Amino acid sequence: MNAVEPRMAASVQAPVDYLLHLADNALILGQRNAEWCGHGPIIEEDLSMANNSLDLIGQARLLYQHVATLQGNGATEDTLAYFRDVPDFRNYTLLELPHSPALAGTARGDRDYATTIVRNFLYSALMVLVWERLQGSTDPQLAAIAAKSLKEVRYHLRHSRDWLVRFGDGTDESHARAQAALDHLMPYTTEFWADSAAETAAQAQGAGVHPGALRADWDALVDAALQEATLVRPAPAKGYVTEGKQGIHSEHLGFVLAEMQSLARAHPGATW
Amino acid sequence: MSTPALKEWPLWEVFVRSKQGLEHKHCGSLHASDAQHALQMARDVYTRRQEGVSIWVVRSVDITASEPHEKGEFFEPAGDKIYRHPTFYDIPEEVGHM
Repeated sequence: MNAVEPRMAASVQAPVDYLLHLADNALILGQRNAEWCGHGPIIEEDLSMANNSLDLIGQARLLYQHVATLQGNGATEDTLAYFRDVPDFRNYTLLELPHSPALAGTARGDRDYATTIVRNFLYSALMVLVWERLQGSTDPQLAAIAAKSLKEVRYHLRHSRDWLVRFGDGTDESHARAQAALDHLMPYTTEFWADSAAETAAQAQGAGVHPGALRADWDALVDAALQEATLVRPAPAKGYVTEGKQGIHSEHLGFVLAEMQSLARAHPGATW
Repeated sequence: MSTPALKEWPLWEVFVRSKQGLEHKHCGSLHASDAQHALQMARDVYTRRQEGVSIWVVRSVDITASEPHEKGEFFEPAGDKIYRHPTFYDIPEEVGHM
């Protein structure tokens, strides 16, 4: 987990698709976690999850602003967040799922905090490693965003890991819920390691990192926490590997975007 | 899963030291299951607006407090002893502002 040494190459700009992947991850999980605002299990957690959302949305804003500058042509952070559609989004499918155990089709279930915590843990464990490496990105803007985001995500990891252990090593019910959430969500993490053109291109120019290179570190982080939490890591899933980062999403993202984008689309250009 | 679940989380008092402040000041209380938990919650509840650089938490039951109904014998005897304030000295001019 050593930080990458600053590279000697001249500064470059990361591929737009790679920056959008990072930005969309942050925005969609930030939007999802914000759903707890006013509904948290206790007021301290309500605030905690709102803090988490604001960190993520802040990361997304910086990345979108960077993309907008690279794209020009009237693009802004708002056009990128509010006026793109499902196939344009590059976030992991994991991050768009509702806060509920596995659901079929458009079924709705009660929000389950164990699902929220397990997802935040699996994603934060990855992003601690990603942002650590990206501090040495050849894209200086991305390197600066990484340095800021790393501090935030280290707290997200601490918070979610703490609750994961409390749930797993807690009561019979909290253990069962945490294990069910883990069994439900772990297969979606296979997408972390799948190849994508954007990540390969970003890595080739030293601007980005391919998570495949981080897999062993992530496994060690996750396994240590699961052991402490007395949870069992499900056997690796075989079969379909989700492709959210390629723009192929589950049925859930459309609902997320409908809620997130409706105001900006009803009142384009509005300020308040 | 050996210890039985708590029915209610104990109460903790939160003390935060601000950037300029030299001492921790009491800023509120919250319920949490243990000290680490209380510390994290205090971070999320009481330092969201850059209020602090250090947090202490202490179980409320561990604080021994003076009783409000004892304030007569505790505090009032000091009321007429104004000579305990060092306000009756002539300060030489060269000392300047103290």
